Amino acid sequence: MDSVGNIIVYFVVAIAIVFFSFKAVTTRKILRAATYLLFVLLGTAAFYFQLGYQFLGAVQIAVYAGGIMVLFVFAILLTHKPNEKTRLIDSHRKTLGIGVSVAGAVVLLFAIFYMPLIHGASLSECISAGDAITMHDIGLAFTGSDRFQYLLPFEAISVLLLACIIGGVTVARKK
Amino acid sequence: MDLSMLWYLVPSVIMLVCGVYGFITRKNLIAILISLELMLNSADLNFVVFNRYLFPGSMDGMVFTLFAVAIAAAETAIAIAIIINIYRSIGNTDITEIKKMKY
Amino acid sequence: MDITLPILILAIPITMFLILGIGGVKMSHKMAGILGILGMGTTATLAYIVAFTYFFSGDANFIIDGVRQQYQVFDVTWLAFTERLVVNLGFLLDPISAMMLVVITTISFMVHLYSWGYMEGEPGFQRYYAFLSLFTFSMLGLVVATNIFQMYIFWELVGVSSYLLIGFFYKLPSAVSASKKAFIVTRFADLGFLIGILVLSFYSDTFNFMQLTANPGGVLQSFGGATFMGASALTWAMVLIFTGGMGKSAMMPLHIWLPDAMEGPTPVSALIHAATMVVAGVYLVARMFPLYCVVDASLTFVTVVGAITAFYAAVVACTQIDIKRVLAFSTISQIAFMMVSLGCAYDLPVEGVHYSGLGYMAGMFHLFTHAMFKALLFLGAGALIHAVHSNNYTEMGGLRKYMPITHWTFLIGCLAIAGIFPFAGFFSKDEMIAAMFSRHWFWGAWMTMVAGLTAFYMFRLYYMIFWWEENPHYKEHKPHDAPWQMSLPLLFLAAVSCVAGFIPFGEFVTFDGVPYHIHIEGSVAATSLTVAIAAIALATVMYRKKNDLPTRVKNMCPGLWTAAHHRFYWDELYMFITHKIIFNIICKSIAWFDRHVIDATMDAFAKITQKTSYAIRGMQSGEIQTYVIWYFAGAVVLAAITWLCLI
Repeated sequence: MDSVGNIIVYFVVAIAIVFFSFKAVTTRKILRAATYLLFVLLGTAAFYFQLGYQFLGAVQIAVYAGGIMVLFVFAILLTHKPNEKTRLIDSHRKTLGIGVSVAGAVVLLFAIFYMPLIHGASLSECISAGDAITMHDIGLAFTGSDRFQYLLPFEAISVLLLACIIGGVTVARKK
Repeated sequence: MDLSMLWYLVPSVIMLVCGVYGFITRKNLIAILISLELMLNSADLNFVVFNRYLFPGSMDGMVFTLFAVAIAAAETAIAIAIIINIYRSIGNTDITEIKKMKY
Repeated sequence: MDITLPILILAIPITMFLILGIGGVKMSHKMAGILGILGMGTTATLAYIVAFTYFFSGDANFIIDGVRQQYQVFDVTWLAFTERLVVNLGFLLDPISAMMLVVITTISFMVHLYSWGYMEGEPGFQRYYAFLSLFTFSMLGLVVATNIFQMYIFWELVGVSSYLLIGFFYKLPSAVSASKKAFIVTRFADLGFLIGILVLSFYSDTFNFMQLTANPGGVLQSFGGATFMGASALTWAMVLIFTGGMGKSAMMPLHIWLPDAMEGPTPVSALIHAATMVVAGVYLVARMFPLYCVVDASLTFVTVVGAITAFYAAVVACTQIDIKRVLAFSTISQIAFMMVSLGCAYDLPVEGVHYSGLGYMAGMFHLFTHAMFKALLFLGAGALIHAVHSNNYTEMGGLRKYMPITHWTFLIGCLAIAGIFPFAGFFSKDEMIAAMFSRHWFWGAWMTMVAGLTAFYMFRLYYMIFWWEENPHYKEHKPHDAPWQMSLPLLFLAAVSCVAGFIPFGEFVTFDGVPYHIHIEGSVAATSLTVAIAAIALATVMYRKKNDLPTRVKNMCPGLWTAAHHRFYWDELYMFITHKIIFNIICKSIAWFDRHVIDATMDAFAKITQKTSYAIRGMQSGEIQTYVIWYFAGAVVLAAITWLCLI
């Protein structure tokens, strides 16, 4: 049995996510789209906190909502005039898009609701079932090479980021 | 009333289909990228939810999401570099203008 | 015997080939020439040492109780396909291979030296030397082969190098077609050779010469009376193997490539198409001789083919204008002489008299002397061509005053080939004719007539070149003797042609290894000498000075003369068979089938693919969003199907 507070928080966040996702893909002003995306990302971070992954939520806010959004805003300001509206969507495309999206949503929701595994456990039970994840655990997981430890992917990610820095500079540089 | 796994998956699905819709219909490259981020985010959320509900004792889903965030950052940086480059060469970021790879 | 020298004999020429072939373009002509000559000189020296060791050391490997032995210096497994089919590579020393080592390396060395002058300044000079080295390597490998398959491999290699050298002036269409002709005709013959090898080894279970020839009776038994179309399988095998020899040695009816092969550089003609490669057929028969002896029919076949070819080539040689062609037909005729001699060397165990294998010894002797004087004649012809810039003797005449060295050496060559005492040809020819008479008087008489013809056409050639009437062009362009690189080989070979007859050849090379003392058969020698001198006298009367006697003789039987001049239309016959019959009837229908059935099917595939591609290329629109629609729709459909199945 979850607490009423949790449920209220859930509903607020869930409604915000659904609303802002929808707005992010329908608004014609690109800077607003980016702002709505920011809200969606923050909402997701809120879910992470609620699910008991504080570190992940912090990363989500810091990297996604902080870093990536800044990139988006820079890019938008570099390539658009303020208040410029994007071009209207042609209706043919729009119909197609709605059709595909709705079909996808139906199939996925159908799958979720009829999936036999997922009924039962409540959030509080699940949180108490696992040990609380401390920074110590995360640090160990990223620096070992045993089972359930991730030194190699961690290093690979660092190389990837380096390559991405160089690649980004090379691509965007003026000839 | 229990907060079961379903509750978290429904917003995730909506996020995903919104992303798909946006990706298909938007003309602006940056808007498309935003839609992409939405889809990615929904996948991240799923990882975490499954981790929490199905395997509460481990932390694999969380670690996956951490990596996914890092990769998303890298991907966005490169994509934005490309978009800026395109903007420099054709003056806007409209996807209908860049069809040179056609046929 | 240590295996170093034999390996070096083969290794040096092939190394030279690689060095000159790969690095030749970077070298100057002089450098390439010197390298080639030095390499060949070294090889020749080593070959002399090996041959000398074989003949004179008295080693128990080589000679036991005065009988010369066959000895395999080495024989290693090379390709083991199956347990029964194993191909070895080795080095076989016996009288004939040792003799051939000497002949090949001597002539090759002389030709290397000569070419330095003859080919001077030609583009592709390095390539020329590379090919000469390749040829020498292949020919040496052929004569020292320990088994018939190794011989076949090198047999093909000499064919290839011959092809490369005939087509050396590859910008001349005639040279190109001549090289193709030579290659195709000999390849065609080699098909028979290969089948013969396979038949022989299938029954006898071995490729090895020593095993095959040591016990020919056993080989015959291993065939177990297998027959095909009325003849025993062994006869077929030996005749088919001889077919290969017919191709290489230009026996009728496969002789047509040799006259055309004269398109190659003249030193090449001297080396390949006079002295070494074309006698490979004779060598092959000699190598397999014990097997030919056990099947009478195959030996008769050899004799008949040889006799017909010898006469035919001699008649044709009387009417040719191109001096190299005359020499080519003379070569064919002389090789046929050796064939007949081998064919007459039937192994009769006559008490006391050493007749068995006399023809064998004589044939080998003639091979040796012929190599020397025919190379001499060709090199002399090369010097003439070098001086006059034409192959036709109609452009020559009266050259004896201008080119004394060439004149005297050429005369020696002519005397030698005509069989005049004391030149080399006299001795070998005498032995051969004696062997033929001992077999049957008909062969002896027939070949004596051919010998007379030989003397006639050689002296006709000699007089036409050096006497007759001076060509008026000499005043503008005075012919002169060739440079020393070319004269030296001429002088050397002339000297050899003078003295080679006195070599006691029978002491070295005989059929069974037992030394045989050559003695001049008085009656035979007198007859052939008389015939030769009469022929020379006739030639002198007809051709010494310009007169109309030749024209009158020609007009007496114009049909015969024209036919002989056109080589009795053999080339035309081949052209008729290949172009009219094979091309028209067989090839055209095959071509039709190829074009309208096979090609059409493939075209249809291509067209269908193309049409389909054009039809669906719009799907590849380049719009990422369209792709995403399709992709996502597909994913959704798949997911839906999965769920429908799971429920």
